[in-house]
Amino acid sequence: MDGSRRSFLKIAGLSILGAGARPISDALAAEEGRKVSLPSRALTAKRWAMVVDLRKKCPDDCRDCIEACHGVHNVPAFDNPKDEVKWIWNEPFRHAFPGQEHEYIEERYKGRPVVVLCNHCDNPPCVRVCPTKATFRREDGIVMMDYHRCIGCRFCMAGCPFGARSLNWRDPRPFIKTQNKEYPTRMRGVVEKCTFCEERLAKGLRPACVEACKERILVFGDIEDPRSEVRELLHKHHSIRRKPQLGTMPQVYYIV
Amino acid sequence: MLEKALTGSRTYYGWVTFLLAMIGIGFLCYLLQLSYGLGITGMSRDVSWGLYIAQFTFLVGVAASAVMLVLPYYLHHFKTFARITILGEFLAVAAVTMCLTFIIVDLGQPARAFNVILYPTPNSILFWDMIVLNGYLLLNIVIGWTVLGTERKGVSPPGWVKPVIYISIPWAISIHTVTAFIYAGLPGRGFWLTAIMAPRFLASAFASGPALLVLFALIIRRFTRFDPGREAIQAIAKIVTYAMIVSVFFVLMELFTAYYSQIPEHMHHFNYLFVGLEGHKTLVPWWWAFMVLAVVALYILINPKTRSNEKLLAVACASVFISLWIEKGLGLVVTGFIPNPLDHVREYSPTWPEVFITLGVWAMGFLILTVLYKVAISVREEEIAA
Repeated sequence: MDGSRRSFLKIAGLSILGAGARPISDALAAEEGRKVSLPSRALTAKRWAMVVDLRKKCPDDCRDCIEACHGVHNVPAFDNPKDEVKWIWNEPFRHAFPGQEHEYIEERYKGRPVVVLCNHCDNPPCVRVCPTKATFRREDGIVMMDYHRCIGCRFCMAGCPFGARSLNWRDPRPFIKTQNKEYPTRMRGVVEKCTFCEERLAKGLRPACVEACKERILVFGDIEDPRSEVRELLHKHHSIRRKPQLGTMPQVYYIV
Repeated sequence: MLEKALTGSRTYYGWVTFLLAMIGIGFLCYLLQLSYGLGITGMSRDVSWGLYIAQFTFLVGVAASAVMLVLPYYLHHFKTFARITILGEFLAVAAVTMCLTFIIVDLGQPARAFNVILYPTPNSILFWDMIVLNGYLLLNIVIGWTVLGTERKGVSPPGWVKPVIYISIPWAISIHTVTAFIYAGLPGRGFWLTAIMAPRFLASAFASGPALLVLFALIIRRFTRFDPGREAIQAIAKIVTYAMIVSVFFVLMELFTAYYSQIPEHMHHFNYLFVGLEGHKTLVPWWWAFMVLAVVALYILINPKTRSNEKLLAVACASVFISLWIEKGLGLVVTGFIPNPLDHVREYSPTWPEVFITLGVWAMGFLILTVLYKVAISVREEEIAA
């Protein structure tokens, strides 16, 4: 009797081990040969990037782009700042570029609102720290979020040096002003951020913020294409990036 | 052996009932958090880790400290620890269980926790933390239970236990090193970006855990017939003394680097702790409490006369435990987020549900510890009777 119980336990233990090993072997096997196909009208690039032209100034201090983005992506508007979720927003110059503002800085940069968003870093620390690959870097450089895989550990929020990420601290749905049925809403407990409008690119549309910006302050394009507008702008004008010394290689450039 | 936890005095049952009640309250608050979301806590997009992760970080240290008994006893045959090493191992079991529970209650989507195993991601430190913490839990349960069981029967432990014990020694170092790496590898957080984070964690671990063991030993002697022994208590006290000195020394090293270099990203966080930033000073009294308690503890511990006085030693050990709870908990985790990477000062203070969930997890840890210690002490009492 005792012998059979012992052998039963042995088999049960081995089976559990086997079941545990399955996802590991799957993960190792699945690394290669998985290609994503995009519709033919999709906008594609080797490396997406954005240029923010700070020489120009929006008469309404950059509201259109923020409203367009948050509207199209069902970003909730909470009253309590503690619950806040944001993808793109304004920061005073000295907060967007800490340590860069000095007492004698040009008048037009003093306290000037600077539009900030996810930098879609080439070397993204958020992707490095995520324990489930819920956030990952695409071939075209877009740092993506999988809302269904995210466990809400917020390691990525600690890892991001730009404060670009927000957790849904509570159910966001009641706080969405008008819901865009074309884009999913999120549930509580998952992290979200700007995705360079990958869903619009797939339909052949430019990012919502870029399209909404009447002053053409935001320019979007393929930075690896030498003839692209972003490359031309960066070629001709002096540009800076947020915290380049950290080695994350941000792909949002600011012309000053 | 577990049946020994089912019989006890009225005090024992009263204590267990109290713990169960605290667990119950904590669990109800957790149900509330599950339905509302983590917004029920004081955390925000600026301070995105709070009380839960602070407890987790501190308790990893308490768990790792078991090695301070295991190593002298098993590697150096320090016989004085023969009868109390089990207390260290069982403390590790309770502490690691609390750590894992604190991670689970901190998740926004706890139902998806197994994604960490389903999609193994070796470049994430959390993946390794999951492995080392669960491994350490298993090691200590197996070692503690097996050794105690054989002792009870009056035979020597089976041969396979020895190598398992040897593995548990570097494993204890690993749990705290990996936990330090969670913080020390993040590019935008100047407060945590320090190479001595892991050594600092280990030093404070070897002070806080053994300090707790001294307190437990004194309590056990008072309430049971098992006496851990004055010599053993004094030996642990010496470990606490050295570890606390090193721990405070490491904090001073951080202060030198931050204040002599005057780099704002490193300095501003310490300013927040010492005097507050832009009028925000929630953590200032806590930080000063840490410093006062640390000085009191060191004063009693370093002087051999005061250290050998068990009443004063108890005061010192309580001071060590509380001061490091502040320094390694809220002081380390919350301050890392203030100011935030965009140089805004947004503060954090826990909410009541958050506090009760935290107390509930602590109560769960103490319940596990009580049951395990009850078993261990009953076995010791049998030995005395025999």
